[in-house]
Amino acid sequence: MGTITLGKVSKSFGATVIIPEIDLKIEDGEFVVFVGPSGCGKSTLLRLIAGLEDTSGGTITIDGRDVTGEAPARRKLAMVFQSYALYPHMTVRNNIAFPLKMAGEEKPVIERKVTEAARVLNLTDYLDRRPGQLSGGQRQRVAIGRAIVRQPSAFLFDEPLSNLDAALRGTMRLEISELHQQLGTTMIYVTHDQVEAMTMADKIVVLNAGRIEQVGSPMDLYRKPRNLFVAGFIGSPKMNLIMGPEAAKRGADTIGIRPEHLGISTSAGDWQGKVGVAEHLGSDTFVHVHTEGLGTLNVRTDGEMAVKHGDTVFLTPDPSKVHRFAADGRAL
Amino acid sequence: MARAVSTRTKIGFSIAAWLIALLIFFPILYTIITSIKTEAEAIAGFDLIPSVTFENYVEVQTQRDYFKPFMNSVIVSVGSTLLGCLVAIPAAWSMAFAPTKRTKDILMWMLSTKMMPAAAVLVPIYLLFRDSGLLDSRIGLTVMLMLINLPIMVWMLYTYFREIPVEILEAARMDGASLWNEIVYVLTPMAVPGIASTALLNIILAWNEAFWTIRLTTTDAAPLTAFIASFSSPQGLFWAKLSAASTLAIAPILIMGWFSQRQLVRGLTFGAVK
Repeated sequence: MGTITLGKVSKSFGATVIIPEIDLKIEDGEFVVFVGPSGCGKSTLLRLIAGLEDTSGGTITIDGRDVTGEAPARRKLAMVFQSYALYPHMTVRNNIAFPLKMAGEEKPVIERKVTEAARVLNLTDYLDRRPGQLSGGQRQRVAIGRAIVRQPSAFLFDEPLSNLDAALRGTMRLEISELHQQLGTTMIYVTHDQVEAMTMADKIVVLNAGRIEQVGSPMDLYRKPRNLFVAGFIGSPKMNLIMGPEAAKRGADTIGIRPEHLGISTSAGDWQGKVGVAEHLGSDTFVHVHTEGLGTLNVRTDGEMAVKHGDTVFLTPDPSKVHRFAADGRAL
Repeated sequence: MARAVSTRTKIGFSIAAWLIALLIFFPILYTIITSIKTEAEAIAGFDLIPSVTFENYVEVQTQRDYFKPFMNSVIVSVGSTLLGCLVAIPAAWSMAFAPTKRTKDILMWMLSTKMMPAAAVLVPIYLLFRDSGLLDSRIGLTVMLMLINLPIMVWMLYTYFREIPVEILEAARMDGASLWNEIVYVLTPMAVPGIASTALLNIILAWNEAFWTIRLTTTDAAPLTAFIASFSSPQGLFWAKLSAASTLAIAPILIMGWFSQRQLVRGLTFGAVK
């Protein structure tokens, strides 16, 4: 079981308020991603749940039990750190066995569980090595191994992939998602990378300056961002935001159109512009179009689109996909 | 990008390094050379070729017992180091892992006590020692040497502990380790090299300390520094014997330093390079 509830949880360091007051419920077995720009308080929130930071107010309950004042070890949570935080003087075997040893498990039980974890994570051949002799991806797997042997009620991941190169990040992303499917345990995952958030999460919590901007499934957030912040943060490339007469025409202060919802043509359309840069990715083409009055707009179109710098193009927004926002940033 | 270094530059640097090393080592070398000269040769002036005699060593040992000051040196330097570790490790620990607003100030204040000339506190310390009956006692000297080297020990250990990532300690906490287990299984094994180099340096500093050891001891607790000093006064200056006594006094620490040089250099430069 791993239902985690935050009730009016707040955190301040002296006079600086990091997290004002947060209410959040994480259901058992859910994969929840905390996402937001750096300094938004997402890591602090995770550390509050872990018990590595004390709350300034509010309560944290795990499976109905109030753990607000409890030590990290008693919360039955496991954490994977950004820096892996492996014990450098211990072998992989001893690193994975450490939480079991601390729990006072019998030696044969430890041996069995370590072997099993190593098998699942493809670490069997590396059990007698030290962390210093492993690659980044292997280290991250050891950190995950150390977390799974305890059979915790929830896993906490603090930007676990940001020290890996792009290719490895993709692989590890899949491995963590698969692990979640296999174990069915609650996972809370902190990242600033919205691609990780979109691809892995059952539920995304978008944070900004310590406040929750929106909670929802990845597609909810993509389709119906509650405000300008979420609209700008979720989706890659970013949503185009247009102010002025074009927005006023649609009864809004600002309108947003995702790059994939802008039609592009060389002959006719609503808005005229000149191509600044065309990025040909093969499958897609990202076109940066400089327009008069609307600024630079990004368009995502098919890979065969043959446009180049200096070409005149016409853009047409898909009317059903135009997001409208009020002056205070709320979606209309 | 690595800078390309020509062989000629390398040779030049090597020669320069050897010359500087020789310059630094020369006083010790000359002491050893002088210790195997006759008294007449020693007084005659600068000469690098001795007649190789060991009579000075024999005489030094017959005139004074070498073993007693040697044992005093061992007890006082090792004792002050152990005592220092007992105080400095928890101090550096709390400063590194649970710092407060004043931690930096306290560290600076501790260091500033090393800037004070020792002579400035000679009289009060001497009187304190006299009144508490600690003059010429191993315990008194051990405490004194511990106290004067404590700032350096705390600073070195603090720098060392700071290099241990807090996340590793947090991971241990998440893994269910109690504070005791965290210290025994995670912190101490990671800090052992740092503690070892701090202890080594402290032994050397305590062994070589001369200001307080000479002034606070006479016979019972006198270490090797006082042993050397005793050859310079009563019968006038006998350079060869003085050199023999000095050689005997520095030999143990020189040998220890030689064997532990890697550990020492690592300790002194730790934290300088990521």
